[in-house]
Amino acid sequence: MARFLVRRLLAMVAVLFAISVLTFMIFQVIPNGDPAVRLGGRTSTPETRQAIRKDWGFDKPIYQQYFITMGKIFDGSVVSYSQQLNVEDEIKRDLPATLSLAIGAGIIWLGFGILFGLISAVKAGKLTDTSLTVLSFIGVSTPVFLLGGLVLWLFAYKTQIFPAGGYVPLTQDSWGWLTHLILPWFVLSVLFIGFYSRVLRSNILDTINEDYVRTARAKGLSERRILIHHVLRNSLIPVVSLFGLDFAAVIGGGAILTESVFNLQGVGQYAYSSIRQLDVPPVMVITMFTAFFVVVLSAVVDIIYAVLDPRIRLSG
Amino acid sequence: MAVDPTAPSPGVPAALEPETPLGSSERQGEGGVGPYKLAVRRLRRNKTALAFGGIFLVIVAMCLCAPLYAKHVAHTTPSANHITDEITVRGKTKDVVSPAGIPTGPTWTGKFLLGADSNGRDVAVRLLYGGRNSLEVGFIATFITCLFATIIALLAGYFRGLTDGILSRSMDLIWAFPVVILGIALGTSLALGGLDLGLFSVSGNSLWIPALIIGFVYVPYMAKPLRGQVLGLREKEFVEAARAQGAGNLRIMSHEILPNIASSVIVFIPLMMANAILLEAALSYLGAGIQPQNPSWGNLIGDGLSLIPSAMHLTLIPGGMLVLAVLGINIFGDGVRDALDPRAEIRIEH
Repeated sequence: MARFLVRRLLAMVAVLFAISVLTFMIFQVIPNGDPAVRLGGRTSTPETRQAIRKDWGFDKPIYQQYFITMGKIFDGSVVSYSQQLNVEDEIKRDLPATLSLAIGAGIIWLGFGILFGLISAVKAGKLTDTSLTVLSFIGVSTPVFLLGGLVLWLFAYKTQIFPAGGYVPLTQDSWGWLTHLILPWFVLSVLFIGFYSRVLRSNILDTINEDYVRTARAKGLSERRILIHHVLRNSLIPVVSLFGLDFAAVIGGGAILTESVFNLQGVGQYAYSSIRQLDVPPVMVITMFTAFFVVVLSAVVDIIYAVLDPRIRLSG
Repeated sequence: MAVDPTAPSPGVPAALEPETPLGSSERQGEGGVGPYKLAVRRLRRNKTALAFGGIFLVIVAMCLCAPLYAKHVAHTTPSANHITDEITVRGKTKDVVSPAGIPTGPTWTGKFLLGADSNGRDVAVRLLYGGRNSLEVGFIATFITCLFATIIALLAGYFRGLTDGILSRSMDLIWAFPVVILGIALGTSLALGGLDLGLFSVSGNSLWIPALIIGFVYVPYMAKPLRGQVLGLREKEFVEAARAQGAGNLRIMSHEILPNIASSVIVFIPLMMANAILLEAALSYLGAGIQPQNPSWGNLIGDGLSLIPSAMHLTLIPGGMLVLAVLGINIFGDGVRDALDPRAEIRIEH
């Protein structure tokens, strides 16, 4: 176990380093003109550009530029040039909204994904299955921002059941927190529900023909017990590993579309408003931290798997 | 669909093993029915998949005719302003955009068939031109993804060792970035200055920028499963036989292994297309995709969303078109997958 742990953590550190290099290349090295113009924005004055050049060391050799950039990102001194605000402070401020959105939506999409997948598999070929399949296809084919806009209009403007966007901190007003988040939770979940229920359905249909399921049935176990304890348990493994990755991506700002439609003051919304102003430093920091988060979380998932299943740590 | 019925099949993948012949009236050739012919037959029985594939084709055809429609039916261009004009619908004259700034809804006549936007531009014309841009980006991106993913999978899976190590680790690296975030990062970075690679340069507002970005972002999602297949195929007897006959690496890759992963590549094409169109819409909506001066479905929806209460049609029309196109290609793609390989497991992240 110790060997597996060390190897997995070393691999993680190597990937993290590579991510930092790739992020650096995307934003500072891509051959399209002056990086100072890109960081400062189209409207920046020559003085600002000169200051940026000095600040980020664009007159120095490229490997030094890399270290300067990473130093700035890690000691938290990156400043956005359009608003003169510290980027890391902004991200810290926005994190609660993004976490609330991601955790709530994660619970909803996992729950409904499993429920619909199970129903679809049990009723395979019947009308219920067909209608759920159609719904899941529509779910994965509808852009989140379109669905969000329509839902917001219907429930917030037309019928005024829910508040029209925005975020209320949980500590301030827990009822307001809930009502503000219900619509975004469901809108963000739709795509994943559609996708997870399809994956689970086909997994269950594969498992149901396994020998051990027949054995369980021969023992005289009830259908419900077989389905939940024998079939679902094994069919859930790939769904759970998908969940780890998707969840990390959503927290890291993958929920950017949902946040911008519902005007939730989260990390994604911050990224969105930065793009709109062509304010590059925040986008760079968010990109890198998102990838970091995904890598660390997938390492954690791997380690949990290895603890649960000895075969993985022996073969991996 | 690039189904090649004459594709050489030295080793038919297990999942494509011919089923029982379909009826006695089917003509049996000397070598039986080829896997692609069987797949086409299976697909032709799947009426739902064909119908939705048809919807997608109709949308493509309509968008290709955008200039004809604009010139001969709507008598305008996608960017022409008619903000101060008046139109006559069934005897009644009204402003294209009311003094309060609310654009007219669908008129169901030649001019402003689907209404106007807040700048007095013809929505139907912009919808078709926008569709052209969205679909063009989708097609180019899909082509880029398929081409590079196939080449990378062949090289990594066939040569293994160091080549595989470098290629696979690079794929893992790209995989670590969530798709939308990576698209945004590249989009914002390239939108300002464009791309200049010496031999060919692209300006910041060119359609090639989002197409290249989207194509690039999806490469690992396709290359990884294909590489796994190549790893398995290279150990097969027919590859050994080819090597014994003196075939070089390039020949083995292109003539022995490629035909055997072709069915998987075909399965990926519609899936990639659907995802490319969706990602294009998302990036354009966020301002990191097709630049606002060119209409695209994503841009049109983005413009419409802020006006939903007063002008619903500005969201519903491009939104409906986009969902219909993506739904069409998704269901068709599902049918293609069932026909080619009923047990394939393919995962695309959104």
